[in-house]
Amino acid sequence: MRALLFFALLIASSAPALAASEDDFKTAYAAAETAEKEAGRLRNQWTTTEAALAGAKKAAANGDFDKAIASSKEAEALAKASIFQATSEKERWKDMEIR
Amino acid sequence: MASTIRVRATSNGDTTEVQALIQHPMDTGLVKDAQGQIIPAHFIQQLTFEHNGKSVFVADWGPAVSKDPYVKFAFKGGAKGDEIKVSWVDNKGTSDATTAKIQ
Amino acid sequence: MIRLASLALALAAISIAALSARAADKPDPVGDAKTFQKFFTDKFPKLKPEDFVNGPYSMNEDLHRQWEEKEQFPPYEFALEAGKEMFSKPFKNGKTYADCFPNGGIGIRQDYPYFDEKEGKVITLELALNRCREANGEAPISYVRDDMASLTAYMAYTSRGKPMSIKIPNDPRALEAYQKGKEYFYTRRGQLNFSCATCHVQSPGERIRAEILAPALGILNAMPIYRSEWSGMGTTSRRFTTCNSQIRGVPLEPQSEEYRDLEYYLSYVSNGLPISGPGARP
Repeated sequence: MRALLFFALLIASSAPALAASEDDFKTAYAAAETAEKEAGRLRNQWTTTEAALAGAKKAAANGDFDKAIASSKEAEALAKASIFQATSEKERWKDMEIR
Repeated sequence: MASTIRVRATSNGDTTEVQALIQHPMDTGLVKDAQGQIIPAHFIQQLTFEHNGKSVFVADWGPAVSKDPYVKFAFKGGAKGDEIKVSWVDNKGTSDATTAKIQ
Repeated sequence: MIRLASLALALAAISIAALSARAADKPDPVGDAKTFQKFFTDKFPKLKPEDFVNGPYSMNEDLHRQWEEKEQFPPYEFALEAGKEMFSKPFKNGKTYADCFPNGGIGIRQDYPYFDEKEGKVITLELALNRCREANGEAPISYVRDDMASLTAYMAYTSRGKPMSIKIPNDPRALEAYQKGKEYFYTRRGQLNFSCATCHVQSPGERIRAEILAPALGILNAMPIYRSEWSGMGTTSRRFTTCNSQIRGVPLEPQSEEYRDLEYYLSYVSNGLPISGPGARP
């Protein structure tokens, strides 16, 4: 009886933590995807962003949501950097021009 | 079918210079295709150049030789108009041969 | 007080100068081409203009010697022969590639890419070839290698020695395409933050890892190329896409508008330099 109670408590305490992790991953991944889509609109996606997104998905499929969230956040940062690059280069390309 | 061997031999005094370009995939057997399947090893194992019936250059090749291999060498002897015979055999037993006159 | 004023004046002067330098935004292809060619001929005074089409081989003596030897028996020979055969083989409907091109497709490579005023876009040789196929009921072929490389190798070969002759018609859309190609060339991209200019304007003749960089002047004149790195032939499309991935940028689709405009710009500023294709590269 006590063992049953113990296990019930254990499951009850771990279940909410797991569920929150997956939701956190979904949020982080969605944010990364949105940024990468914007980079795609600007025709300036990075291969490393795509690799981070793929890594995040793979980790999530294996149940490692901590890793999946970390990869998603990295992907989002990379995507945002590529957006900044595309936007600032709209003017800065002139610095490279042969004159 | 067109020959896989392009060969040119030029006489230079008492030496003959020979160049050959051979069309062959020279697959190492270590590379996978787009579906993830190994592309089987397919490479020239022996390449022979003959002048007046005598071998002047014999190469025992393996998978380390690149695709469409190019060979250049010189040998003593040979005169303008003489025939050079080039032949190869690969690991699948396929072969090809061609002849060219020394220029 | 005076120092502040002079500082403000200096800043104002700089910003005005910068504005006027940037204000010249109306495309001037003729001026661009002159400046572009002068930059490279000044940088490499020992080279004749036509030497630039040999890329890295004109940048390094040892490479040049090896290349001269190899040109006696060039690695693109097989693709060239295959291309000649392919070009004359009729489609299922009996027509041939010759029916799609001026002068039967012979000796015309130097006119590509051109700006099609009816469609309002840049047409490259590769695009024209696939359009020819589709117009005659054949499936399009990959832009990056194999058959496309063989066909363009043959067409380039029939134009060997002819000067690049890209035209920009008096059409604002053509000027816009040219300008977009120019901007693409100088825009930094990919995680490595390189533009085409980073390697081919700032560092021609220098090494990137083990490779010697080609100058941007005449860089497309040798296309398509047999590249030792690829152990095979590749087209302009192949080079643009692989270059993007090398700097960690996701490549665009071959023959995307950006790539066609880039090819238009790069070819135009190399006008006058001879076609040397098909070529071989390390």
